[in-house]
Amino acid sequence: MEEVDVEPTITFIPGVNSQQNHLGFVWGPGDILVYETSHKAAGKQPLGPSCQDVQVVRKDEDIYSPILRKLFNESHHIFVGLQNIRDDLPSKNKKPQFVSISKNYRSVIRACMEELQQIAVSTRDLALAAQYGNQVSILLAVELIWNLCEVLFIDAAPAGSLLLHLLDWVRLHKAEVDEKARDVLRCESPTRHQFFWDVVISFVLQGRMEEARSMLAKQAALQPAAQTMFKRMDNLLLKMPIYNPSSTQTLTEFEVKWRQWHEECDACLQDSSFASNPHLETICKILVGDDDTLLEHKELLSTWYHYVVTRLLYTHPTVKPIDLHYYAQMCMDRFLDSRSPPEPLDSILLAAFEFDLHQVIKDCSIALNNWWFVAHLTDLLDHCKLLQSHNLHFGSNLREFLLLEYASGLFTHHSLWQLAVDYFDHCQGFGRVYLELLIERVPLDTERKALKVLRICEKRQMNEQVRSICKIMAKRALRNNRLGSALSWSIRAKDAAFATLISERFLQDYCSRGTFSDLDLIDNLGPAMLLSDRLTFLGKYREFHRLYGEKRFTEAAKLLLSLMTAKIAPQSFWMTLLIDALPLLEQKEVIFSVDQTHELMFCLEELTSGKAQPNPDRPMQEEDLETTKIELLRLALARNLAMAIVKEGTVEV
Amino acid sequence: MDCINAKYVSQKISKTRWRPISSASLQQPEIFATGSWDNEDNKVSLWTIGDHGLASMDEDFEGDPQLLCDIKHDGDVLDLQFLDSDKLVTASSSGAVTIYRHHQNNQTLSVAHRWDRAHHYPSDNAPCTGVVCHSPEVVSVGEDGRVILFRVDQTGVLRTIENADSSTIHAVTFLRTDEVLTVNSIGQLKLWDLRQQGNEPAQILSLTGDRVPLHCVDRHPNQQHIVATGGQDGMLCIWDVRQGNMPFSLMEAHSAEMWEVHFHPSNPDHLFTCSEDGSLLHWETSSSSDTPSFMQSGRNTSIISRSAIAPAGGNQSIISAWLAGDSGKGHLETTHMLPSQTLSVNSLDVLGQCLVCGTDGEAVYVNKQVPI
Repeated sequence: MEEVDVEPTITFIPGVNSQQNHLGFVWGPGDILVYETSHKAAGKQPLGPSCQDVQVVRKDEDIYSPILRKLFNESHHIFVGLQNIRDDLPSKNKKPQFVSISKNYRSVIRACMEELQQIAVSTRDLALAAQYGNQVSILLAVELIWNLCEVLFIDAAPAGSLLLHLLDWVRLHKAEVDEKARDVLRCESPTRHQFFWDVVISFVLQGRMEEARSMLAKQAALQPAAQTMFKRMDNLLLKMPIYNPSSTQTLTEFEVKWRQWHEECDACLQDSSFASNPHLETICKILVGDDDTLLEHKELLSTWYHYVVTRLLYTHPTVKPIDLHYYAQMCMDRFLDSRSPPEPLDSILLAAFEFDLHQVIKDCSIALNNWWFVAHLTDLLDHCKLLQSHNLHFGSNLREFLLLEYASGLFTHHSLWQLAVDYFDHCQGFGRVYLELLIERVPLDTERKALKVLRICEKRQMNEQVRSICKIMAKRALRNNRLGSALSWSIRAKDAAFATLISERFLQDYCSRGTFSDLDLIDNLGPAMLLSDRLTFLGKYREFHRLYGEKRFTEAAKLLLSLMTAKIAPQSFWMTLLIDALPLLEQKEVIFSVDQTHELMFCLEELTSGKAQPNPDRPMQEEDLETTKIELLRLALARNLAMAIVKEGTVEV
Repeated sequence: MDCINAKYVSQKISKTRWRPISSASLQQPEIFATGSWDNEDNKVSLWTIGDHGLASMDEDFEGDPQLLCDIKHDGDVLDLQFLDSDKLVTASSSGAVTIYRHHQNNQTLSVAHRWDRAHHYPSDNAPCTGVVCHSPEVVSVGEDGRVILFRVDQTGVLRTIENADSSTIHAVTFLRTDEVLTVNSIGQLKLWDLRQQGNEPAQILSLTGDRVPLHCVDRHPNQQHIVATGGQDGMLCIWDVRQGNMPFSLMEAHSAEMWEVHFHPSNPDHLFTCSEDGSLLHWETSSSSDTPSFMQSGRNTSIISRSAIAPAGGNQSIISAWLAGDSGKGHLETTHMLPSQTLSVNSLDVLGQCLVCGTDGEAVYVNKQVPI
């Protein structure tokens, strides 16, 4: 067994006394059911009545947040789009697509975050506001990690461009400086604002030279005496070389230019050009990448990864991906207080800088309370062919494992279960099995929902599930006395046994009431009639009644006889059929021919020979009635036979 | 597809309906209602795409539907119709038919009246699957096979047709004042004359031998005998209820259940369908050149053209393009109106140049520039 990565947290469940009794539990796809067993904890005396309830313990609350639902829905759309990218495209063409999909995912996270932020501000309920605030910070972290992964793994920028991307990353996630800058500029005399220099230095730390210069220009205008000094700084900021990946300039040429600029900055520091202005002096020290100066501005940098990027910007702008981890580790150690252990976010980012994908995914899985992030990120990375080396010793692979976990979580939700279906579809190993097991458990409140579930099953040829769903619906209809609906459902399921059962009910109803119900259905069975013998009989028997009603006696008689001779009618029903033949036998015209009458007589004999012995259990009147019926029939048959012989023996003249 | 605006609303949408606008005004509709399904708490909500005092001058927000008000709805909203500009009727999976009133002064919704368990089994509730209004009358249908007639101003039930259908009735529409048409789960259309007593339909139309369930029905706005239906196999059928009991034409439309079909109310040469397969189709038919499409809207008398002055007795020119058949003269064009998506489009409504639809992907799409 593997050792645990982190100590599991203990959750106390209110209302359950684990001190007294042992707890029992059952895993669900998303939740855990917990209950008190009657096993006493060792050495404890029963203190009070034990809890009779079963508690649902839910790890993932996010799925129930109305705003995060948008995240689940929108990302589902992106996910499906990603799966449809064709495999046979050359990987060169695919990379921009993957990057744009990654950006789509991030913009969805951002949109959610903004909405949550707005609500957190506007809500008056403090607990709720705190909860929203908490979700915002989680999303912030998630987006931060995703963005770094996008830069390092998906875009996989080479030296030179790499730093530009990292700068963008830091700028996007350290946007507080923009707000501060707005505050400063809004006040009457920005240059005297207490945060003026903070803003300038923050801009420099993020490599935003244009903005830093325009701020400095305001200050310069107020100090004509220091004009040359400001001019000099402005010049340094302006001249700082920025690598342009689309130009023809090579990396080596850029490095040469950059080194010249760096020496120039160094020279300024040496000749104390800025000695009279401590702020400018500081800026110059930052430009030469002076480590102590950078660390003095921890508060403005606020995070170690900002520090990494700034430090690289002013010391190694052409850092190679492979060297990143060295700088990251070093900067983290220097920046963070050695006494406090790094937060989960810090170690995740560090793992990313180390290009240890699996560590990133593992740490995220532990730190976050739902699978949304890891499942989608892993899926994207897997499409970029970055995860192939890793195999799990359980399940199919890492991507599939995480997607299955995420989708099963969705499936527990009363409404989001529909989204999960597409995720299962794209898990080749176990997706179908999961879907098969879960889909049968979707509660079916209305036929419309049942139809939607059926469509999901039929599309995937899940015949077993189709049958089971139709059966559930047929049984429900039967329970509600809706024979027509029940029959429709069993026809759809091609469930012969159940169709037989319902046909019996129809026939019973007919026998007791003398009329058919649900004619609209029975008259329109069409080929569906062939599903079961009894159903065929029901349809044909009804056809007999229709023919009879339309006075098409000869056809009706033929059909009636064939129902018995072809053994379509159950024998228990023969007496009814024979009685139905009575009025046909009593018609003035001869309808049954000699042969047909013989056959009818044969049917009657077959029916009566079996029960020659009178059944002692039956009451006398019923026995009498039966005997009368048989005698009546025999009489009618004999008379008809006589008339038929006469008719058929007569030669028309 | 650029003019389509998508909004995620955190609930699966089962129905979307525009609030009616007075026929005199040339305005475009601004307010629509949605109903949700399959949620723990379902809702009826009203949205606006106009400014409506919600001062959002931002370009980005233009046309983005803003929530006006919502109210909890007991059970899934299986159908939703505007009765007039401030009242709407819902059909619930709990079997209830409810009238909601929209108070426009303070933007709230309240229940004006509810018929609980209008549709029911002997010992259980039966979902009410459809309602249709012809103010002041409301007709509802349900899985229990009943057709029930209500009047908005009366608390009782006006009339119930028990056992109107042995299977589930999926949708209902008014043909004329006293005639409604229902479609059921064994592929039949039944015409009911509400003046007639008794529980027998006046007419049954069906595709013989075919038992494909029908899910939706809509009547041509001007020619009451023309009816469009959509079924489980995604086929669009056009029927002429006066002639025979077979559909006039059958067109392959979607690859799964067609949930709704709507003629454009003022330009019925256009028709819209949506489906479980996640698509929304715009159908445009045009008759041959000498029967301009506006001839189909008989009220439009201000436009005079060569053929409008032509023989008054020649009723040929009024034959709808939908019944032109495959004769080759008329032709039919279909366009997909939504970007590809996989989850069901459950409902659509079109009014003027505006179209709104709702999906199981919890999104509402609004298009304000439908090419009509």
